[in-house]
Amino acid sequence: MNIVVCVKQVPDTEIRIPVQNGRIVEEEIKQYVVNPYDEFAIEEALRIKERLGEGKVTLITVGPERAREALLTGLAMGADEAIHINDPALEGSDAFTTARVLAAAIKKMPYDLILCGKQAVDQDNAQIGIALAELLDLPHVSVVTKLEIAEDKKSAKAEREVEGGKEVIETTLPAVITAQKGLNEPRYPSFKGIRMARQKPYTVWTLADLGLKPEEVAPQTEVVVINPPPERKAGRIIQGDPETAVKELVRLLREEAKVI
Amino acid sequence: MAKHFLVVAEQSEGVLRKVSFEMLGEARRLAGSEGKVEAALLGSGVEPLAEQLAWHGADKVYVADNAALQLYSAEAYTTVLADLVKKIQPDVVFIGATTNGKDLAPRLATRLGVGLASDCTGFSVDGDGRLLITRPIYAGRAIETIKLKSTPQMATLRPNVFPPLEPDTSRKAEVEKIAVNLGPIRAKVVGFLKKEGEEIELTEADIIVSGGRGLGGPEGFEVLRELAKVLKAAVGASRAAVDAGWIDHSHQVGQTGKTVNPKLYIACGISGAAQHLAGMRTSKVIVAINKDPEAPIFKVADYGIVGDLYKIVPLLTKELQEVLRG
Repeated sequence: MNIVVCVKQVPDTEIRIPVQNGRIVEEEIKQYVVNPYDEFAIEEALRIKERLGEGKVTLITVGPERAREALLTGLAMGADEAIHINDPALEGSDAFTTARVLAAAIKKMPYDLILCGKQAVDQDNAQIGIALAELLDLPHVSVVTKLEIAEDKKSAKAEREVEGGKEVIETTLPAVITAQKGLNEPRYPSFKGIRMARQKPYTVWTLADLGLKPEEVAPQTEVVVINPPPERKAGRIIQGDPETAVKELVRLLREEAKVI
Repeated sequence: MAKHFLVVAEQSEGVLRKVSFEMLGEARRLAGSEGKVEAALLGSGVEPLAEQLAWHGADKVYVADNAALQLYSAEAYTTVLADLVKKIQPDVVFIGATTNGKDLAPRLATRLGVGLASDCTGFSVDGDGRLLITRPIYAGRAIETIKLKSTPQMATLRPNVFPPLEPDTSRKAEVEKIAVNLGPIRAKVVGFLKKEGEEIELTEADIIVSGGRGLGGPEGFEVLRELAKVLKAAVGASRAAVDAGWIDHSHQVGQTGKTVNPKLYIACGISGAAQHLAGMRTSKVIVAINKDPEAPIFKVADYGIVGDLYKIVPLLTKELQEVLRG
């Protein structure tokens, strides 16, 4: 079974995002990680391969040179091969662009299953996996917390987290699955894995390699300005013994804040 | 231009989700008096819901009523809506940023060959008549304002952000049934595992009672549920509580969980890590109950009580029971 996993490198989720003069100062971002939802996708691909006892896990990313680190992390976890689409023309690309670039690349390779994180935690679009399915004319199941591949590998059963419960979906394969937290617990790369990662096949493609012209995949969004979030001021600590404090809190919520 | 809006209403088991009314309110506000606000309603036996869309601001409702649309399906809904959008050519398409809305919108935008703005929290009309769209990025650690170059301008709207119009039951809308031509459906719903006793959805809740590491164990959530019951609130949790296995991930608020926007957020035993604040900092009023006076949560809370939550929360439940009854 050929499993393709889409990966994105994102700024570390704990760091402050440096915003200045209406834009993000990318040079100030020093720590990057694999998008946490993509880690669930990589882990699931590895588990499927291990369960089936056969298959190949190919990672693919669209990103600048530094994104190599994210692919190396995935290879160290156990993926077999990585494809890195890196082209200066892709700077400033949006979800519209990235989905089309990934689709063009994936069309060049064999695939039975495509796994993505449900969203990247930088742009928080949650679009790529689903757009990719449409571009490749495949079914998709999003925010998946459980995935079972049928024995004949022609279909899969997935659970997805929805309001009020979990929906069970059956889909034909190939399909795109987007991973939600809860799908699995991603492994840490082993020392051996880290050593082996640099020896695994690693291919770099440009837009020309994919037969794409930059204008064909031009972004459809224009960023006007980026601002830091509005500050929230600290309020007051209600003093007194628990009984008094609770009574005062309820009074404030009703009379001052008027929320209950 | 932003004069002709199509709002994709969302219903579940014959009940319209609140976000449908919120989107109509925002579309009405942006379209102005001479603008046109239309709604699409998909499902099975849903036509009677059209009047509620009229009450909340729709001038016209396109109804796709078909047994095959009873349960949401990305493939089926995309086909029906793509046909409708091509026919009526709106300037703007609004979809709720709910689980299914987020599932549908990228597929529909891609079928239409247009861009999409996800999980938006603010709109205005720019000098050239196109939308200026505000949306949080980096889990709320930055806010971007963008414009879409393609038409229709497509956006998903975060629930609980936009105020709906006061319903006007004298308002009427034209109802037009639309044809349903479905292609092959390859991903099908075959079952639903209902979560018992959890009726209030976090992202739609007016009040949330949330617990963290300070609860010390799963039993802490029982204490919070008592309070939630009195307040008709949803129950949330920090990542620490979810990762400890005290409560299911569907309750998690913050990065890698849900982003919520209630009127009142009561954080119990939550220290206030950046990734948690990311998910709840836009709550209108935040109350923090924590025994550590240095906890960062107090820096964003409107009201705080320093103390043992196992003492304070039951007292609060009791006090509210009395006050709200009277």
